[in-house]
Amino acid sequence: MTIIISIGMNHETAPVEMRERLSAEPDHTVRALAFMRELSCISEGFFLSTCNRVEALVVTEDGDRAKKSIISIMSRLGNIPESRFTSNLYVFEGDEAIRHIFRVSSSLDSMVVGEPQILGQIKSAYAEAARHKISGVIINRMMHRAFHVAKRVRTETAVSEAAVSISYAAVELAKKIFHVLDEKKVLLLGAGEMAELAARHLLSNGVGSMVVANRTFERAVEVAEKFRARPVSFEELVAQLEEVDIVVASTASRECVIRYDMVKSCLRKRRNRPLFFIDIAVPRDVESEVNNLDNVYVYDIDDLKGIIHMNMAQRRQEAVKAERIVQEEVVKFHKWLKTLAVVPTIVSLREKAECIVQSEMKKTGSILAELTPQQKERVEVLTRSVAEKILSDPISFLKRKADRPSLNSYLDAAKKLFSLDRE
Amino acid sequence: MFWFYMALALELLATGGFIVYLIKQENRIFRYAYRILVAGFICLTIMFGCRYYALGAPPVLGLKSALSFFSWSMIGAYLVLQVKFKLRVLGSFIAPFSAFLLLISSTLHGLTGPVGPKFKSLWLACHIGTAFMGNGLFAITFLVAIMYLILEHSIKKKKLGSFYNRLPSLATLDAINHYTLMYGFVFLTFGMITGSIYAQLSVGTYWQWDPKEIWSFITWLCYAALIHQRLTVGWRGRRAALMSIFCFVILIFTFLGASFWLGGYHSFDNLGVRKGF
Repeated sequence: MTIIISIGMNHETAPVEMRERLSAEPDHTVRALAFMRELSCISEGFFLSTCNRVEALVVTEDGDRAKKSIISIMSRLGNIPESRFTSNLYVFEGDEAIRHIFRVSSSLDSMVVGEPQILGQIKSAYAEAARHKISGVIINRMMHRAFHVAKRVRTETAVSEAAVSISYAAVELAKKIFHVLDEKKVLLLGAGEMAELAARHLLSNGVGSMVVANRTFERAVEVAEKFRARPVSFEELVAQLEEVDIVVASTASRECVIRYDMVKSCLRKRRNRPLFFIDIAVPRDVESEVNNLDNVYVYDIDDLKGIIHMNMAQRRQEAVKAERIVQEEVVKFHKWLKTLAVVPTIVSLREKAECIVQSEMKKTGSILAELTPQQKERVEVLTRSVAEKILSDPISFLKRKADRPSLNSYLDAAKKLFSLDRE
Repeated sequence: MFWFYMALALELLATGGFIVYLIKQENRIFRYAYRILVAGFICLTIMFGCRYYALGAPPVLGLKSALSFFSWSMIGAYLVLQVKFKLRVLGSFIAPFSAFLLLISSTLHGLTGPVGPKFKSLWLACHIGTAFMGNGLFAITFLVAIMYLILEHSIKKKKLGSFYNRLPSLATLDAINHYTLMYGFVFLTFGMITGSIYAQLSVGTYWQWDPKEIWSFITWLCYAALIHQRLTVGWRGRRAALMSIFCFVILIFTFLGASFWLGGYHSFDNLGVRKGF
């Protein structure tokens, strides 16, 4: 009996140190696939390794043996004794394995639900498996269905729509205010990991230019070099406020760096162009009253977290819809798998018919020889179509019964009726 | 009349479509609603064309036809903007408004019978055409200002509700506000100039302190002030939006109020709508 098995670990079941050991080397996937090919118990295979998950998907006749060999492959890859990681593994069989790969591809099993990278990673892992000729009928079809499910989830639900990181949320807001970020100028005030991340996102979204200010000018120069920005001194701050459109503030200052009167006095010179403060410093860098000024928008870290919180909730809600889509597709795939059991019988039915056609044609060969080539062809077509018409009902009957428990008795009956076993 | 009711039905249908689009955000629905809106616009155009031909004068002499012409010019302005800005959600605001005007128009009785020879003037046609195009554009300025205030409020108060996702960016809304304001002002100015030329030709004086003339001038001054503030001081965003809403209220007052309550030769009564209203 052919079964599909999925074994692996993800960000939930295994600590990062363990996942690292298994996915550290880029050639791990290739090696894993090579190991799988050598094993007689595995008829088809697929190996996925990303920073958040390592898993194998196999089609096998002998489930227990396949499971054991996959675990030993993983242990060899990561150089970890089997006993140390078996408790971190999840094992899915049959429909559960199908559901699992569909959920992974549509990013429902990701650390950040809805993140888009995983689909690309699965696609390249599948390309690798196909290149090593270890994927077969079932895995091929399953992967294509997985891509299809991912597409459906993306277009039919909003699971990957709203921003779920601080810097993305900030960029989204900036776009809602300025429409496009080209020709906009950013002031990076102070530096920190999160501020730099936000700056990087803004730049990759087309921000025109950037200036960096810091209490110590040397540090400003240092940061500015990273972003090909222009360093300015802290004393120029007020002058810069007249120029820039977006301020990313993250200084370690105890007091507010940007005060109400500072911003207010520059508005007229700015001709009321909108000004957007992204304040990710704790304690805050921008006085909260600044938000009351016309055309000035201040978002501090809590506001941004609030947005993310809301977006997360929205994604979770959408994930419910997505799970329904996955379930639908699992049922469809299950149906298709069942029809596979009928395939050998159908093939031998067709072969038998073809055999009969051939031998009967041979018997009447002498009479047929008198006909013109066109007439001969007509007769051949006629015989074949008679044979096909006779078989068409039994074949579609068998296909219909493919997902019934009584299938085997129907297959038996068909084999006996057409005496297919004798050859 | 057939074309009028046809247009009314289509506009109402388009309104429904645009509202569903606003909620569901599906492009397919927008495409249908947009096509229906265009079809309604064509019906209205045919209606006005036929009436112009039959009357021999611009068919915008009563309140009924004035309202439907207002609706027509608004949709016309929107269709032009849609090509330029591709701003789908604007339709969800325009369609209900113009359908509403048409609906009111349908309950009124129109002008019947022949019109006096003094109305058969090309200057009058120019006056009405440009003035209404200005009104249509200002109506869009007004609607965009409302959209701006809704979005600005949700960003300022950090309550990113359902409107936040559906409206375009603040910068886009402000740009459309600016654009429609400028063109609207040009049309309004032309409307007033051609109006006074027509007055000179038909009654012999450019300006006769008629209430509607005075109020139109006040409207013009308000819009001129807004444009002045935008161009010199750089007024934009919230304040400009509020001001353009205020200006539009004055405009509506001029359009309806000055005609109804203040009398004068511009009033719809004196144009012969009395019968049956």
